[in-house]
Amino acid sequence: MDGLIILKGGRVIDPVNGRDEVADLWVTDGKIVASQAETPADAKVIDATGCWVVPGLIDIHVHLREPGQEYKENVASGTQAAAAGGFTAVACMPNTTPVNDNGSVTRLILERAEGCAARVYPVGAISKGSKGESLADYAEMKEAGIVAVTDDGMPVVDSQLMRRAMEYAASHKLVVMSHSEEEALVRNGCMNEGLNSTRLGLRGIPAAAESIMVYREVALAELTGTHVHIAHVSCEDALAVIRLAKQRGVKVTAETAPHYFTLTDDAVLGYNTNAKMNPPLRSEKDREAIRAALADGTLDAIATDHAPHSVLEKELEFNYAANGITGLETSLSLTLELVRQGVITESRMVELMSAGPAGIIGVEGGQLGEGAVADITVIDPEMEYVFTAEASFSKGKNSPFNETKMKGRAIMTLVDGEVKYRL
Amino acid sequence: MQENYNFKHRHILGLEQMSADDICHVINTARSFKEVSARPIKKVPTLRGKTIVNFFFEPSTRTRLSFEIAAKRMSADTFNISASTSSATKGETLIDTARNLQAMNPDIIILRHSSSGAPHLLARNVQASIINAGDGTHEHPSQGLLDIMTIMEHKGSLAGLKIAIIGDIAHSRVAGSDIRGFTTLGAQVYLAGPKTFMPAAIEQMGAVVCEDVRDAVRDADVVMALRIQQERQNDSLIPSLREYAVCYGINDRLLQLAKDDVLVMHPGPINRGVEMNPDVADGARSVILDQVTNGVAVRMALLYLVLGGDKPGVEQGG
Ligand SMILES: [Zn+2]
Repeated sequence: MDGLIILKGGRVIDPVNGRDEVADLWVTDGKIVASQAETPADAKVIDATGCWVVPGLIDIHVHLREPGQEYKENVASGTQAAAAGGFTAVACMPNTTPVNDNGSVTRLILERAEGCAARVYPVGAISKGSKGESLADYAEMKEAGIVAVTDDGMPVVDSQLMRRAMEYAASHKLVVMSHSEEEALVRNGCMNEGLNSTRLGLRGIPAAAESIMVYREVALAELTGTHVHIAHVSCEDALAVIRLAKQRGVKVTAETAPHYFTLTDDAVLGYNTNAKMNPPLRSEKDREAIRAALADGTLDAIATDHAPHSVLEKELEFNYAANGITGLETSLSLTLELVRQGVITESRMVELMSAGPAGIIGVEGGQLGEGAVADITVIDPEMEYVFTAEASFSKGKNSPFNETKMKGRAIMTLVDGEVKYRL
Repeated sequence: MQENYNFKHRHILGLEQMSADDICHVINTARSFKEVSARPIKKVPTLRGKTIVNFFFEPSTRTRLSFEIAAKRMSADTFNISASTSSATKGETLIDTARNLQAMNPDIIILRHSSSGAPHLLARNVQASIINAGDGTHEHPSQGLLDIMTIMEHKGSLAGLKIAIIGDIAHSRVAGSDIRGFTTLGAQVYLAGPKTFMPAAIEQMGAVVCEDVRDAVRDADVVMALRIQQERQNDSLIPSLREYAVCYGINDRLLQLAKDDVLVMHPGPINRGVEMNPDVADGARSVILDQVTNGVAVRMALLYLVLGGDKPGVEQGG
């Protein structure tokens, strides 16, 4: 066998194939192959003792900022941050400049992604220019390589347009991702509405602004029979709507981000713009609901909403500062905390960060069965370190977790059987 | 107050950061400075050689003038800079502007800004002491302190008093500071106004919200009305100023419910006939002009204290 790599003695966790055991994982020609009793002399052996060997992590919600805002991030730096965070693939949101609403932008992103540290799956816009007025060219973008459509960053205000987007996306076998936000209830709001917004004198955004729109999306998914995916769920009320819809058999999936199950709006105190995001950090009650929903299956994926900004957009008065935080390099450590706290099992974690996301956008990966693509993440669950934005591969240094003590991280990432990152 | 008390605030960002001791120390200091304003020559050399910048991103003649008079009575050099928030956000950021100011080495920057938290941002980025002269819908600490001083002058202390604040609580930085300061000193704060004017979870800050304005005013020691901005009608927060006046305007009949010696207050400027009837504003129970006078004394005290003064050196006179 040519170019054989053996990941030796790690704990292989592969929920799709029902595996959780200490074993060797053999890789050749970019594929997982059956292991044999004898180790060939020319094999490259990597000791994975004490580590978890899992299907490559997939983040279906990142902002790579290219084309147009390369000073914040580009495909190369973003995928490097992804690989360092244990991700072998990312789906990038279309709110670039210009917006990814046509095949040429999609192709440009994919060209930039060649030879990068992680796979890139572009997501196209729902509407031209993400203006919410008319549908973008889904067929052309699909041909160029998009895996889903969304106007992320902006809600689709017009319900009729959203209905048409779902119907048309179904014709092209694309999932519609919804940035669920009722604009009129948000208007100039810049943090969660509650005691902290009152204390800080900042305009609040009620949780209802999110749940109202989630309800609309679920109703339209039911009407059209289309798969709708709810991005960055942050509150208990939205989860209740999703849970009920799933029980009714509506084709709905949903993701949350690590900051929503780790932080509350207390993080905003002191006008910390690194804790400003959309949807905003919510209350402790919401945080607990998110944790429960990760465990009970209401949520299907953990995605980061990795949103790099330069200091220019963050070192401002709170209401003028940009929304968003970086997330690719802290996601795994924060999720491992849920495992240690007993909220979810190891295997559920892998599901939420790999198989779940792969299934939502319909891409390969997410499992380690024989013949599967060799996208693999090796995790040292015990390694302690301090995350510093300065040392991050992302150009964005806007993280509320800067200088935070973390436990557990990816020490190696392989894409197509090739080592893309090694700590 | 502890004997070896030390005022340790280099910035005045809000009353949230101030203990009861801090507040009382400011008021005591202000009392000694108030005497300066009553002299024929209203000037002491206390801050001679100090540079104070009035940095107003929002027009407010009253507050700016009050700070300026306070600074001049203490012989400081004052400079006024005004800018509009909208033009500033387009090019130079607040921090850029502040760093440019810093290069001129001011001792104190007094900041008025339409964004909540702007003084906090400035305090993290410049050397000068920052005094918040009103930020967004957050705090207006010197106004809160002058309100406290005015109540103390008439009632001795705030402990156990029932203080009613009527009107647009959600958009009022004065209310933000008053609620904090009054409750810190042991008063019970009752709020009334339409629900559209009540900020979320305000009860958790220690205030009681009354659906009926009469419940707030009944047996109150102090009734304070807040200014209603005309544009709230366009935001659909109230249908009309007229309807607001009918439901929540402070008039003589409503005041009958309060204690006989109730103090009537208003941070000004008053919309006469909207939040308060003219006869009430100018009536015997009104202490609105005392508030203005005390404003200068409180601001003198703040300028003095943030620069590290312990005992007001006013006795040497000017
Ligand atoms: Zn979004």
